[in-house]
Amino acid sequence: MTDNRFVNKSELIGILLLAALLVVILPLFLDVFRLNLVAKYLTYAFVALGLVICWGYGGILSLGQGVFFGLGGYCMAMFLKLEASSVENTKIQSTPGIPDFMDWNQITALPMFWKPFHSLTFTVIAIVLVPGLFALIIGAAMFKRRVGGTYFAIITQAVAAILTILIVGQQGYTGGINGMTDLRTLKGWDIRPDHAKIVLYFFEVGCLFVCIFIAQFIRHSKLGRILVAMRDKEDRVRFSGYSVANFKIFAFCVSAVFAAIGGAMFALNVGFMSPSFVGIVPSIEMVIYTAVGGRLSILGAIYGTLLVNFAKTSLSESFPELWLFGLGGLFIAVVLAFPNGLAGIWGDYIAPQIARLFNSGNSKPGGWAGKPVADSTPAE
Amino acid sequence: MSEDEAKGLQSAFRRKLLMGMAALPAIGLLPRPSLADVPTSVVNTTGLAVTDTEVTVGILHSATGTMAISETGSIESEKLAIEQINAAGGVLGRKIKFIQEDGASDWPTFAEKAKKLLVNDKVAAIMGCWTSASRKAVLPVVEQYNGMLYYPTFYEGLEQSKNVIYTGQEATQQILAGLNWVNKEKGAKSFFFIGSDYIWPRTSNKIARKHVENVLKGKVVGEEYYPLGNTQFNSVINKIKLTKPDVIFTDVVGGSNVAFYKQLKAAGIDLSKQTLLTISVTEDEIDGIGGENIAGAYACMKYFQSLDNPNNKAFVAAFKKMWGEKTVIGDVTQAAYLGPWLWKLTVEKAGSFDVDKVAAASPGVEFKGAPEGYVRIHENHHLWSKTRVGRAKLDGQFELVYETADLVEPDPFPKGYQ
Amino acid sequence: MFGDYSIGDLGSIFVMQGFAGLILFSVYVLMALGLAIIFGQMGVINMAHGEFMILGAYVTWMTSNVFQAYLPGLFAGYFFLAMILAFIASGALGMLVEWALIRHLYKRPLDTLLATWGLSLILQQAYRSVFGAREVGVELPQWMLGSLHVTDSIEVPINGIFVMCLTVLITLAVAYIMYKSRWGRQVRAVVQNRVMAGAVGINTEKVDRYTFALGCGIAGVAGSAFTMIGSTGPTSGQLYIVDTFLVVVFGGAASLLGTIASAFSISQTQSTLEFFMSGSMAKVLTLLAVVGILMLRPQGLFALKVRK
Repeated sequence: MTDNRFVNKSELIGILLLAALLVVILPLFLDVFRLNLVAKYLTYAFVALGLVICWGYGGILSLGQGVFFGLGGYCMAMFLKLEASSVENTKIQSTPGIPDFMDWNQITALPMFWKPFHSLTFTVIAIVLVPGLFALIIGAAMFKRRVGGTYFAIITQAVAAILTILIVGQQGYTGGINGMTDLRTLKGWDIRPDHAKIVLYFFEVGCLFVCIFIAQFIRHSKLGRILVAMRDKEDRVRFSGYSVANFKIFAFCVSAVFAAIGGAMFALNVGFMSPSFVGIVPSIEMVIYTAVGGRLSILGAIYGTLLVNFAKTSLSESFPELWLFGLGGLFIAVVLAFPNGLAGIWGDYIAPQIARLFNSGNSKPGGWAGKPVADSTPAE
Repeated sequence: MSEDEAKGLQSAFRRKLLMGMAALPAIGLLPRPSLADVPTSVVNTTGLAVTDTEVTVGILHSATGTMAISETGSIESEKLAIEQINAAGGVLGRKIKFIQEDGASDWPTFAEKAKKLLVNDKVAAIMGCWTSASRKAVLPVVEQYNGMLYYPTFYEGLEQSKNVIYTGQEATQQILAGLNWVNKEKGAKSFFFIGSDYIWPRTSNKIARKHVENVLKGKVVGEEYYPLGNTQFNSVINKIKLTKPDVIFTDVVGGSNVAFYKQLKAAGIDLSKQTLLTISVTEDEIDGIGGENIAGAYACMKYFQSLDNPNNKAFVAAFKKMWGEKTVIGDVTQAAYLGPWLWKLTVEKAGSFDVDKVAAASPGVEFKGAPEGYVRIHENHHLWSKTRVGRAKLDGQFELVYETADLVEPDPFPKGYQ
Repeated sequence: MFGDYSIGDLGSIFVMQGFAGLILFSVYVLMALGLAIIFGQMGVINMAHGEFMILGAYVTWMTSNVFQAYLPGLFAGYFFLAMILAFIASGALGMLVEWALIRHLYKRPLDTLLATWGLSLILQQAYRSVFGAREVGVELPQWMLGSLHVTDSIEVPINGIFVMCLTVLITLAVAYIMYKSRWGRQVRAVVQNRVMAGAVGINTEKVDRYTFALGCGIAGVAGSAFTMIGSTGPTSGQLYIVDTFLVVVFGGAASLLGTIASAFSISQTQSTLEFFMSGSMAKVLTLLAVVGILMLRPQGLFALKVRK
């Protein structure tokens, strides 16, 4: 893949197929309830996309993506909650006009840091900037000191634990373990009825494609190739005169911002945000979506997210006990047998077959998966 | 679990059911619905899943995840109640069929499954939720799609909805009478509060503090919160030793309880001398804590498995026949058992499955066969029920030491306590 | 906050608080030792560490049931047998896991994290299916309950002393195995240079398998000991995992002394903070401090110089 275009032929076909699936097929065949579920799954796809860049290409495994998902989601939820807590809606409270959970916790005035969230513009900026800056601080502190690999994973995990305890503990300001529920309108537009769910779904799919294009661009730019080089032989890149830390920080920030956008979409589509998405368990689950889809494949990560979540919903509907066995087994199987996930299976087995069927050996089936990870050395 | 095993379990389950029905007579005394064939078009005008022979309800609890520990009992008692109702002729002559969904201890999953039950399965009612967080997540859904939720857990109050019947007690119903009792019986003036760090303990302690300070004219000498799942309590136990409170008032939940009581005992705090009042330990929790670690503590609930009345004896016998001799029944398990019965009685009073009619008919519905004794639904959709104080015994059961003379009025928005 | 109390009261509280810190320290060391061996020596991130501990706890519970039913006369001593059984059970499971899973992943440490996370989910559900979703109560022999009465206000929990003694014993045993025995030398040789170690005739596969099993076995003993102070349920293991990893990483992987030093500093910080503020905030501040220091000194307190 030496061409400098940000999408090659087989990738373009893949993107078009995904677009057809998300924009035409699913909305046609699913009722609004199921479509809303797909919207929920897709919010995790943003995180998976970020992980492809930072983990698949950069070799940085973050077990704290839930932190960024949560920060983005909470920014959005704060705006929506403020709008739902108008003076008329909250007459029965002792202090009308503030969110209900604040009233229950004897807070009588809106805290300072909540005030700017009356503005949608500020909220949108915050969704991107707050997690971005947070990632910048963590990343700068860690990568400048060459912390990597497993250490980084464990520290991000601890950050997720800290943030969860903080959100749960400061319930007067954050809604505690209940989270922020009963989000109703966006600039006066009710987000709960069916037609709003459909509009939000298409909006989300639109955002997802923007993120996919950004990811494609990063991947095919010089930057992406440096990231991959860094993952495989960090020292050589450093000796060639590149600042490894800065590239890592950049990849980490991009993944954080993607996760935050996913979180904001979650708050919009599900009407809900809670600390249960911030902690360690959801963060690791998001890594698994990426691993199942293929950590090197931008589109694979999205299919992986959809597939695991579909399986989760349908398995847990019919066999709740089997679900954890299934999920656990899936992790192990993916890691042991298919380190490149779905995209790897596609690239190694299915695509060559199709290619053989249609033309005799002209296409480049490696376009989805790239190089296998099995023999890549850790970034440490 | 293999498919064969699953089948084996199912048939064992059926056998247990049949045996459980032997214990029915006490409940069979309830007025049997006249099996007059009411046409479905009359009793169901809103397209719920009601046929001429069947009506579908949903059961929505966590069968997996951290909350499965607590919610299993509720699932079991709801299934028992449904089987008993069916054995007694069903609701308006229709057998209850249930669809069970797993909330997986994950609040958005609860909301998603509630929506599925209401939108796709068109259930006539949902028995479910346990934690406040899951209820808060489900509430907008049942309100938007106009469902009926029967919620079993004692909880912090500050909520009231047309679409929810709260079969557990709200905070004031649970706490105030218990505090009055320790004040009167034990002359308690100073209290140490310790709870898990989330909304229910914090709200309960807030109400308890106001009551201690304003009504009992006592003092709160400490108020401490630990993260959910915390297992180290030695520091707070030292603080308790330093401040020497008359009463330790606890609302620690889940696995933390086990650690707390074991460490309390190990630190030499003898619960036969030091009064401890808990609002979070039921017979279910004692199973994990071990009777020897908590014997002597007082719990403030509305139901204990050891209650001595004919309804309860029949209920306990039926429950054990269905789910095994070793199972124990805690406060919430009993409250969950009330859900299907109250719904049945309300539907029959309303003469319709329509949610609006059921919601409107709910206030005033009485259930005389409740294991805890007579209960009645209040205008605010909570239950009138008694407050009881029990003392934990070595065998993991509670010995009833006090109960309020009358039913306590539910007051989810208590004046002067906010 | 101390104005209202007498000097005597305060004195005994400081003593008691010191003990609380020591007990927490022992708990952290016990949790972390097994992991320090696995992560430190092998570089494998075992996310199922907590589940191995809970396996030990369930073994203890089963042993206590068997003794109650068949050997009530010997109940006072069942705990020692239970710990041995817990070690064997967790160690055997560890060996199986190493053979089936871990040995394929030595070159991909981050992937061991994912695979063992999957393993932990499977184990949790297995516990739930076998032992039920509810917590089980492990009954202890009478002599392990209660406390030693030192003065009127100073009482030392017996189970705390038991955990401390156990910790010292296991630490000494591990130190001996790792630093004095022939097998320990082989382990360290493999850590420092796997290829070289293989070349001089060390069976590296066998060393790996036994190292992993030893780490898991110690986790089992820790879980067995924790039935005295904590809960035993299908998901109890998850409560320990973050703390455990932080202790190991903070100490500097591959250093036994580092693990002990870090367990000591973290436990003392936390238990002191807990005394002055709410438990939740104490936890947050401790974790923040640990993460903060790790950012400044990523190699941990004690780093082993190894050629990679």
